[in-house]
Amino acid sequence: MTATRQRRLDWRGLVPVVVLLAAWEAISRSGLTDTRIVPPLEGLVGLLGTEVAEKSLLGNLAASIVRDLSGFALGASLGVVGGILLGLSPLASALLRPSFDVFRQIALFAWIPLIAMWFGIGEASKIVFVALAAFTPTLINTVEGTRSASATLVEVGALLRYRRSQMLLAIYLPAALPSILTGVHLALIQSWLATIGAEYFMTAGPGIGTLIIEGRDRFQMGQTVLGMILIGAVGFLLNRIARAAENRLLRWRTA
Amino acid sequence: MVATAGSLEMRSVTKRYSVDGSPLVALDDVSLAVEPGEFLAIVGASGCGKSTILRLFAGLDAKHDGAVLHDGAPIVGPSLQRGLVFQEPRLFPWLPVERNVLAALRNSHLDAHARRSAVRDHIALVGLQGFERAYPHQLSGGMAQRVAIARGLVNRPDVLLLDEPLGALDALTRAHLQDELQRIWVRERTTMVLVTHDVDEAVYLADRVVVMSPRPGRIRDIVPVTLPRPRDRGDEALLRLRAHLLRTLAGTPQHAGLALHRAA
Repeated sequence: MTATRQRRLDWRGLVPVVVLLAAWEAISRSGLTDTRIVPPLEGLVGLLGTEVAEKSLLGNLAASIVRDLSGFALGASLGVVGGILLGLSPLASALLRPSFDVFRQIALFAWIPLIAMWFGIGEASKIVFVALAAFTPTLINTVEGTRSASATLVEVGALLRYRRSQMLLAIYLPAALPSILTGVHLALIQSWLATIGAEYFMTAGPGIGTLIIEGRDRFQMGQTVLGMILIGAVGFLLNRIARAAENRLLRWRTA
Repeated sequence: MVATAGSLEMRSVTKRYSVDGSPLVALDDVSLAVEPGEFLAIVGASGCGKSTILRLFAGLDAKHDGAVLHDGAPIVGPSLQRGLVFQEPRLFPWLPVERNVLAALRNSHLDAHARRSAVRDHIALVGLQGFERAYPHQLSGGMAQRVAIARGLVNRPDVLLLDEPLGALDALTRAHLQDELQRIWVRERTTMVLVTHDVDEAVYLADRVVVMSPRPGRIRDIVPVTLPRPRDRGDEALLRLRAHLLRTLAGTPQHAGLALHRAA
């Protein structure tokens, strides 16, 4: 990890956004395209207003975020616990690692039919799907981190007569923390992608994914574009939060 | 208080390792006694088994022939009564200085208050006041090694084992830390066993210097250093002892580094 910290937003990063919006507006107003396909920007802003005021845009957004964080918490904690087990126990690793390596090759979306059959298309199956997305990166990175605890520090623990629990809490876990956080960070990104995927493929209940599909079905591109922008913005924020948490927890690595 | 605890002993110890399937005799029938409160130095070419002796005393390696004893009792594993400082400081990089020292007290019988004051005292002992909150990556090599020495001493062990602790430091820092070690030893009278490849360091610090020869690891000579402390590095008697030790070492096989020393 580099020591770069993004304390303040660099406004230059907004240049392509402004250019894109200007191009969008120009194309929309030029009359070259159907405004139903490329809706004008002020329409989008107006839509945002009505969606917030009249329909349940915020409700949809909240539903997606709660779904995302529930699945993420479930999957990531299982991943950390499983990863520590596989990292520390040669027996557990010998028994489970080959199966896991096949399991992780199964594309995430291939699970949807099975999950839908087992858990229905309600909230439970969406959370299971998100948890699945968070589980794999967390587990892989936790295993790696736990194994990377240096033998020389473990020897220091032995000299200080650390018991197994002390070894785990005072040496293996802190040594693995950078890797664990990398895994958790990846899991956070994957979970958000999976949340939208789950909503898209198991359309029931509120959510940003539902909003996008509605927009398509009613041929309201404005609504679809609005949903996409929200997805991007939420993902961006989650990534920021994860990075800030990482920097704070790993202060000992940089000055 | 006259030191009564802190004696170490090896009786006819043989230690074999297997390196890529072929056997290697690290120690061949070695017998050695360290008196309570003594400062013993062990010098020798690499591969002479001097670090193996420390690992056996520390209790990190229990498979050997012969007896390894601490105050007459067999050593079967590590003990808080025996501290060990390595060539690398081996600090926990995620803990600041004071918590690295505190980490050594996790299984101590002291209460929380006594632990805090022990940590404070030992940070002061190695002269690191003001750096309690610094992380290891912010310290110089010499400072990190001082933390390691404080960690080795904070349990107030009978014995401190030092495995080339100053070997990786620059000459100036090394000389300074040698003085510190001498000062700490005079004050605490902990039994110290120092493994080093530096003959000057050995004669400057030790009561006795053990000279070892490699392949297989054996004790070749034990040279007493009776000069009073504090010692003067330029003292003639010290220089004569140094020359004698270098001659003895040069007689041991394959020791290019020390032969060069003698030529200089």
